[in-house]
Amino acid sequence: MSRKFDAGYFISEGVHSIFTHGFMSFAAVCMIVACLLIMGSFTLLAVNLDNTLGDLENENEMLVYIDDSLTEEQARALQPKLAQVDNVSQLTFVTREAALEEYKSKRESSVPLLADLPDDTLRHRYRVHVVDIERMAETEEALEQVEGVGKGNVRAAIDIANGFVMVRNIATGVAMVLVGILLVVSLFIIANTIKLATFYRREEIAIMKMCGATDGFIEWPFVVEGMILGLVGALIAFFVQWGLYQMVAKLAIQGNGLSLVNIISYGDMASTILMVFCAVGAFIGVGGSLFAIRKFLQV
Amino acid sequence: MIRFIDVQKEYDNGTKALKGINMRIDDGEFVFLVGPSGSGKSTVIKLITAEIAPTEGRVMVNGYNLNTITPRQVPLMRRTLGIIFQDFRLIEKKTVYENLAFSMRAIGASNRELRRRIPYVLQLVGLDTKGERFPGQLSGGEQQRVAIARALVNNPSMIIADEPTGNLDPQRSLEIMLLLERINELGTTVLVVTHEKALVNRFTKRVVAIENGRIISDGTGGYYNVEKI
Repeated sequence: MSRKFDAGYFISEGVHSIFTHGFMSFAAVCMIVACLLIMGSFTLLAVNLDNTLGDLENENEMLVYIDDSLTEEQARALQPKLAQVDNVSQLTFVTREAALEEYKSKRESSVPLLADLPDDTLRHRYRVHVVDIERMAETEEALEQVEGVGKGNVRAAIDIANGFVMVRNIATGVAMVLVGILLVVSLFIIANTIKLATFYRREEIAIMKMCGATDGFIEWPFVVEGMILGLVGALIAFFVQWGLYQMVAKLAIQGNGLSLVNIISYGDMASTILMVFCAVGAFIGVGGSLFAIRKFLQV
Repeated sequence: MIRFIDVQKEYDNGTKALKGINMRIDDGEFVFLVGPSGSGKSTVIKLITAEIAPTEGRVMVNGYNLNTITPRQVPLMRRTLGIIFQDFRLIEKKTVYENLAFSMRAIGASNRELRRRIPYVLQLVGLDTKGERFPGQLSGGEQQRVAIARALVNNPSMIIADEPTGNLDPQRSLEIMLLLERINELGTTVLVVTHEKALVNRFTKRVVAIENGRIISDGTGGYYNVEKI
């Protein structure tokens, strides 16, 4: 009688126990599903908000005006130097003629007044997108240093960029705090649900202890049981979340008020969501089980 | 073998359960530990099974010094004991066979060992035809026999029976005691904790009497009708 780890026995005991204590298993799975749905819904909301803010950030471009005296070729030749500036992600050259056309197209009602403007009214320019809008001010300064640009020839909506940064930071902070709180609450609820289930089995645990079973031997079936309950809960939550998400996304797309929100497809996030749900489900299932039986092992 | 040397036990609430116990039970003995309720019998059992530690003095059980035993050694020490409770403590959702298998599994026995040992022990306690029954389908006496079989199945060197006949009628109580006597004759040390005077007096065994946390008599004979110490 010296075998120490009998995986087959632990798995069969864990599975058997799920069905033997069917109602409590059902309650534990329901709690895991509920907790994952609450956390998942909030996280998805935060992810979509973050994505929308990201899109809005990307639209927040800088304009770099090139010295009036430079020809188009000379202006185009500046591109490599500008591209070398730290934090610059994308550069688009706009000729003075194209800029004027764009200007006119945006002011169709004033076309008669603008019709006679000469082609060299505006300057050649670059549209610049940055990697990190938090560093927009320093990027502006660096771009001004490039020969052919000069001080005061970069236009950046730094106030708007700072606004985006603030909103994003607040949203991320609130999301992290809430998800953290929900995780702790979930763990507590699951532990209590499993503790209730374990309470009925304290006699079995006491008998095993009196027979000379080690704590590890007693814990393993509970670990298996908690993990299975956690994974089953995660799978159910994944599909329910999918349905809920599709429903909310449909409503959001239909509603004019949310036209600004760029909703990410559930399919694009499915593998990540499944992995996170399974990891969190297994964690709260196993963690809750071990937390619940801790007290009964002290015999 | 059990040795108690000047053992005292005071609980956290200030109750002095044992006040200097000296006792020795050798291998192969059959001993009754008797005394009224609250005398300290249960505390002795809890000390032997390492559920609690003595406040003072030394406790030795089957070669383990329980004053210095580590948490990892406690399960190993318990494997040398078979414990029988008054309320049987069988798992209602498992059959008789499964209850015994559960106990053997707890110490890592293989399926082969289960198949070899369980029928033998069931036959020993007279339940060889009832392996597939659930505890609820058995009489009180039969349930206690299952509990005895479970205590025996891991082949312990000592059986500790805590009021094993407390829930049984006199006839079933006698049968259980005779079974324990037979187990003792096969070489297992037996310690029976009881307060049933009539039952103890039917056997000519060593009787250790305890009262108010002190041993008041220890000798062979009837309940309290033994050599005072």
